[in-house]
Amino acid sequence: MVSSKSKLAEVLEKREQEIATGWLERQTSSLKRLSGAEQQEVTRQSREFLKAVKTAAAGDGADTSSQSWTPVREFLTDLSAVRAKSGYTSSETASFIFSMKQPLFEALRQELGHNPEALAAETWRATELLDSLGLLTTESFQKTREEVISRQQQELLELSTPVVQLWDGILALPLIGTLDSARTQVVMQNLLDAIVKTRSDFAIIDITGVPVVDTLVAQHLLKTVAAARLMGAECMISGIRPQIAQTIIHLGVDLSDVITKATLADAFRLTLGRAGYSMVREQKRSAEN
Amino acid sequence: MDRIPILKMGEYLLITIQVDMHDRLAITLQEDLSDQIVKHRSHGVLIDISTLEMVDSFIGRMLGSIASMARLLDAETVVVGMQPAVAITLVELGLSLTGVRTALDVEKGMVVLQTALSKARRNGAPGAKV
Amino acid sequence: MLRVLKSESFPIRTSEDIVIVRQAVRTQAVSLGFNLVDQTKLVTASSELARNTLDYGGGGDARLEVLQNEQRAGLRVIFDDQGPGIPDIEQALSDGYTSGGGLGLGLGGAKRLSHEFEISSKPGAGTRVSLLRWK
Repeated sequence: MVSSKSKLAEVLEKREQEIATGWLERQTSSLKRLSGAEQQEVTRQSREFLKAVKTAAAGDGADTSSQSWTPVREFLTDLSAVRAKSGYTSSETASFIFSMKQPLFEALRQELGHNPEALAAETWRATELLDSLGLLTTESFQKTREEVISRQQQELLELSTPVVQLWDGILALPLIGTLDSARTQVVMQNLLDAIVKTRSDFAIIDITGVPVVDTLVAQHLLKTVAAARLMGAECMISGIRPQIAQTIIHLGVDLSDVITKATLADAFRLTLGRAGYSMVREQKRSAEN
Repeated sequence: MDRIPILKMGEYLLITIQVDMHDRLAITLQEDLSDQIVKHRSHGVLIDISTLEMVDSFIGRMLGSIASMARLLDAETVVVGMQPAVAITLVELGLSLTGVRTALDVEKGMVVLQTALSKARRNGAPGAKV
Repeated sequence: MLRVLKSESFPIRTSEDIVIVRQAVRTQAVSLGFNLVDQTKLVTASSELARNTLDYGGGGDARLEVLQNEQRAGLRVIFDDQGPGIPDIEQALSDGYTSGGGLGLGLGGAKRLSHEFEISSKPGAGTRVSLLRWK
């Protein structure tokens, strides 16, 4: 085992330049057209990586889970994450590793061609090594993609629950789409923060754009109303369509504690009255001039 | 042992809860408050919880007890300044805080007290609760 | 693959100990990067359970564990006591929803504030309650 460990490292040392050149050629041919700057970056990364692999192989042979391979693993994890964020595909990212196979095998053949058993053993070891590194890049790539998607979902969630100030002390929350428990958390946070910021006494939650109101959605709405109340703001629900009203009765949901109105306009008129405003419509100027 | 100070603010009393409440402190507070309500013939109590980063069922019960006790002494209570994160957590916890009025801050709290008291005076009964 | 990255224990013998446990949970939640609402949920649930341990369990301890699985980190708090135990766990969990005080609200409420909640108790053999929130 000791002799085979040193062979890989030895070959990498002796044939580094050849391997690097062959590898770079294959990389650039498998990636989409690279700009000059990108080309330089790939070259730099490849050289750095090859050095790291050389050092690791000299330490612990081909066991990529061991301590001496940590710098290599970290390098690959970072590289994959960057590529995932930059729009590379999974294959393009993994090709960083896999395109090293052919030049590496070629170098092994040149060094160990006289000893078929050793060549076979080393080629197998090299394949295992590169396969496990290739899998690592794919895993890291996927993880980064998932993080990006999750972050975008969160942003979308926040954007889709705006709080609008209708008047001094009167807020409106037009909900579009379904109201699940994750969204309810965001809705409550946005609403309560707005109540604090605008020192509002009233909030109107308009559910015209909520397609389905079942027991769960009703519970989420009631929670939101309760939370606003704890902040000293009175909450109303508007946009109750006839079908929704029927569903609510059928389900036995108790909304008796909340003021509900069919339209946002009705709710607005009511809150204006409660807030002490009255509106006067100016008489139209008749032909008196 | 520290005591929670009770300030006189016009015709009302103001309590600011800033420290982590524990049992003895809560009991002492209720005793002190009932003394002060009677002494100053106050009809309104404001409890400022704006620095409390957490309200659990113990504190919730305490607030409820204070409100009930005050009502017996012909005073209305309003809890002000609940932090949004606390409100959201309370709602998930399932603590309804019925019997306790709430307002955004001391200024709005005083308006709530004034409204509640004038309504009670009109009805002729000591402070009707929402 | 679930790993426990860190574990810290705190005794619960007095009211002041409850405050200490709350602060420890807050500190740990902050350093794990939980948002403010999630921090508050963790602290509040821990406060409920710590109080139960003291008031009904005759005292005990709380253990904070920082967990990590493939996707995310989590904070788990485990409460142990050698008290009389809970005869009817189902009832204890459900009572809290409507009643305003006592053992029920603490348990049911703490469960609603956690992602994962476990309770094991035998009359005469003490109680263990654990709550967990993932980031």
